Amino acid sequence: MSKRIHVSTKVNGDEADFLCDPRETLLDCLRDHLGVMGVKEGCGTGDCGACSVTMDGRLVCSCLVLGVEAEGKEIGTVEGMADGEVLHPLQRKFIEHAALQCGICTPGILVAAKNLLERNPDPTETELRYWLAGNLCRCTGYDKIIRAVMDAAAEMREAS
Amino acid sequence: MNYHSPSSFEEASAIAAGASGTTRFLAGGTDVLVQLRADIVTPDDLIDIKHIPGVKEISRTEDGGWRIGVAVAGAEMTECADLCADWPGLVEGMDLIGSTQVQGRATLVGNLCNGSPAADSVPGMIAAGCTVTVTGPEGSREVAVEDIPTGPGKTALAKGQLITGVTIPARGENGGDAYLRFIPRTEMDIAVVGCAVNLRLDGDTVSEARVSLGAVAPKALLVEEAAKAIIGTTLDDAALDALAAAASAACNPIDDKRGTIEFRTHVAGVLAKRAAKIAYARAKGESA
Repeated sequence: MSKRIHVSTKVNGDEADFLCDPRETLLDCLRDHLGVMGVKEGCGTGDCGACSVTMDGRLVCSCLVLGVEAEGKEIGTVEGMADGEVLHPLQRKFIEHAALQCGICTPGILVAAKNLLERNPDPTETELRYWLAGNLCRCTGYDKIIRAVMDAAAEMREAS
Repeated sequence: MNYHSPSSFEEASAIAAGASGTTRFLAGGTDVLVQLRADIVTPDDLIDIKHIPGVKEISRTEDGGWRIGVAVAGAEMTECADLCADWPGLVEGMDLIGSTQVQGRATLVGNLCNGSPAADSVPGMIAAGCTVTVTGPEGSREVAVEDIPTGPGKTALAKGQLITGVTIPARGENGGDAYLRFIPRTEMDIAVVGCAVNLRLDGDTVSEARVSLGAVAPKALLVEEAAKAIIGTTLDDAALDALAAAASAACNPIDDKRGTIEFRTHVAGVLAKRAAKIAYARAKGESA
């Protein structure tokens, strides 16, 4: 057993502390130590994107980050998207367009799409499809996801 | 597993040199963490080098080249417009690796030290003439990128040695580079063949060239015969055919599910031609 390490980080703007084994991934630390269940485990090897979070604003797979690497960082998950009861436009458009079925991939895709729109509020469909190439969905066939994000992007541009 | 976060490369080297079991350096973690999870490699000592000052920096060298820190992620290179303008081929090679999420973490040096013959960033670095600084218990030295990999999963780095930075030469006038790979999909795949070409023009004539191939031998190759085939030419059809023949002749690939020996050997020539044309157009200042 490795010595447990104390980690101080921020999750969705709130201070968070946990003790972890250095072998534990950020994904496991978020779920098992901090109860942040929106981050999902799919493949565990960085292929599927279900565990996508932002770390200091950079989109990463939390299964490919160790918990100890979160020290002093700011982590963003799907839990940080809605403003209380008011859904983020991306979340609302996912419901409107039925852009989900089983829902396992959805939190990761929402986090990834939000990160793209923060960098590029007006992406082309091609740019969006490449950006989301690392987020696998076995239910929707992707079209509804793409339409939902493009629609949300248009609405967000009008609102700003 | 002991987790270390040294504050200097010398300290990192000393930890690795003094370790008795399996050691891994951690930068982007996109290979190390996959191996950890799959129980392929379980390090006794994991040395996180991201707390060392300067590892996240992209900076200019005094002669107009570039210095890339060992923890600079692919996405950070792609976002550096001046670097992309100087070395578009090298940056594209890095950018082809993995997803957006992987790009947020994966590094040039990690791709090099993972030792895959199909590493997408390595031919571009070799063609550009990049060197890496290797630091160990006996001090530091500059090593050409092509001398680091020695075979699949193997590098020339000895116990206690680690790479502490990548130096890209100055672009200079009338130069261009390009990297192309063949994959059966459009994204998120491993190269069946990769080829990088870097050249400089004197008028319409190629005055300098370096050609590198990936995924067609146990390690990425610097193919001098292929460079010779285009130096002194205007990249006419005869020169391109000679380039393709030299590239194919240098191949020593494996047969696997992604491509046969025959296919990889042929495609190496095709990609060499196409990459050379793009590099030539870029050297001319044309967009490609």
